[in-house]
Amino acid sequence: MKDIYTEKVLDHFRNPRNIGEIKDADGIGTVGNPVCGDVMTIYIKVKNEKIEDIKFKTYGCAAAIASSSIATEMVKGKTLDEALKLTRDDVAQELGGLPTYKMHCSNLAADALRKAIKDYRKKSNK
Amino acid sequence: MKKVYMDYASTTPVDKEVLKEMLPYFDKIFGNASSIHSFGRKAFNSIEVAREQVGNLLNANPDEIIFTSGGTESDNLAIKGVAFQNKKKRDTRGYHIITSEVEHPAVLETCKHLEKLGFNVKYLPVDKHGLINICDLEDAISKDTFLVTIMFGNNEIGTIEPVEEIGKITKKHDVIFHTDAVQAIGKVPLDVNKLNIDLLSISSHKIYGPKGSGALFVRKGVKLQTLAHGGGHEKGLRSSTHNTPGIVGLGKACELGKKRMSKDVAHLISLRNKLIKEIKTIEQCYLNGHPEKRLANNAHFRFIAIEGESLNLMLDDKGIAASTGSACSSKKLQASHVLLAIGLDPAEAHGSLRLTLGRMSTKEDVEYVANVLPEVVQNLRNMSPLWNR
Repeated sequence: MKDIYTEKVLDHFRNPRNIGEIKDADGIGTVGNPVCGDVMTIYIKVKNEKIEDIKFKTYGCAAAIASSSIATEMVKGKTLDEALKLTRDDVAQELGGLPTYKMHCSNLAADALRKAIKDYRKKSNK
Repeated sequence: MKKVYMDYASTTPVDKEVLKEMLPYFDKIFGNASSIHSFGRKAFNSIEVAREQVGNLLNANPDEIIFTSGGTESDNLAIKGVAFQNKKKRDTRGYHIITSEVEHPAVLETCKHLEKLGFNVKYLPVDKHGLINICDLEDAISKDTFLVTIMFGNNEIGTIEPVEEIGKITKKHDVIFHTDAVQAIGKVPLDVNKLNIDLLSISSHKIYGPKGSGALFVRKGVKLQTLAHGGGHEKGLRSSTHNTPGIVGLGKACELGKKRMSKDVAHLISLRNKLIKEIKTIEQCYLNGHPEKRLANNAHFRFIAIEGESLNLMLDDKGIAASTGSACSSKKLQASHVLLAIGLDPAEAHGSLRLTLGRMSTKEDVEYVANVLPEVVQNLRNMSPLWNR
């Protein structure tokens, strides 16, 4: 655990992967609260139980933006069951660590993803 | 890449003239100012010159200047010093202190600490611009009040408090008046006698002097208890071998600050007004702080739907150094107490940006920021689920 951002965090913050919206998304998950300073929305497109496409929009600090960016990268192409296993520690670890007081940002990314998958399953009745 | 420093309220570079003045005191005139030999006497004499220079800037007697390690120590010494003195004397005065909700943490945390020790503290609210209400102050003074501590100019939003009126009221009620003038000196003509100020904190590194050096003005007759016991330096109020280079630097910075004040202020106001005018053209951007009663170098904004830490990091990537009051930039994850006190909700406070100018700022700096900022704000808004446009 470091108290400064790793180069990987800064890279994903500066060049976020999979940024944007999916207009005809199969599942959408929004978590967070503007009062706390971060809101994340994850959009997924599902084909054969796999995440075919994923995009996100995030309001928040660099850790929040980087966490959502790397989370989308980590689960793209994975099955929904695999994606559901993603934890905040996986996200933080993939970023090379996050400052302790920023760990909740990686939690949000994992939560938003789970919510999007849940939304998809509810809609498709699976 | 172009580098633009717009965080002068955070700290300033040491002025070349100040540095030149300081250098001999590291290795040539290195004596301990308390020693009786010629090495010591030389250092002692330079410290007394600095005392005059600081006194001149504040229109105080040199005897009323106590050298410290900076603004935080000066605030601690002033507030705890008066409080402990009051307690020791078991003054008829009681245990009541009045301050405001928008003070620097050096004042707020000191007051909170004193509350734990049994003192009562009243934190005056402020209006949407960050000003205390002078009637609130007078109403809050009781027979138990012995100290009023209200800052001169706010370090975040730049609002200048009604110090002259406060001084009249504290004088009328015979209450000691302390003000943290760390951000104000060099930018506001300041006369401790005209303003009825009893204690005033300053810091060297905010006025182009070195870090680790500051002073407290203590009006003759105001009694303080020391916080640092030892060899009895600075009239027993602040024991510690004198930081001669730091003190000499502070003195020179004060001399230059006085000499250049009108030029500095005109320069800062012209750049600051241009900056505010340009930045306010950005959609959904608002100025925080008072429109007129504000420090000459301070511009403080908030932007809807983006977060301040991200904004600062992106500006840093473009070579611009700024600051924010967003919770996400503080380890406590709490929005700035100043922004909450002026009535912003936490979501509004998160989108804040402080740009502060200095003596070395240029028109080109302002133009560069005015060019870069709209693009950076838009970039973040494009990522934000809260921006629907």
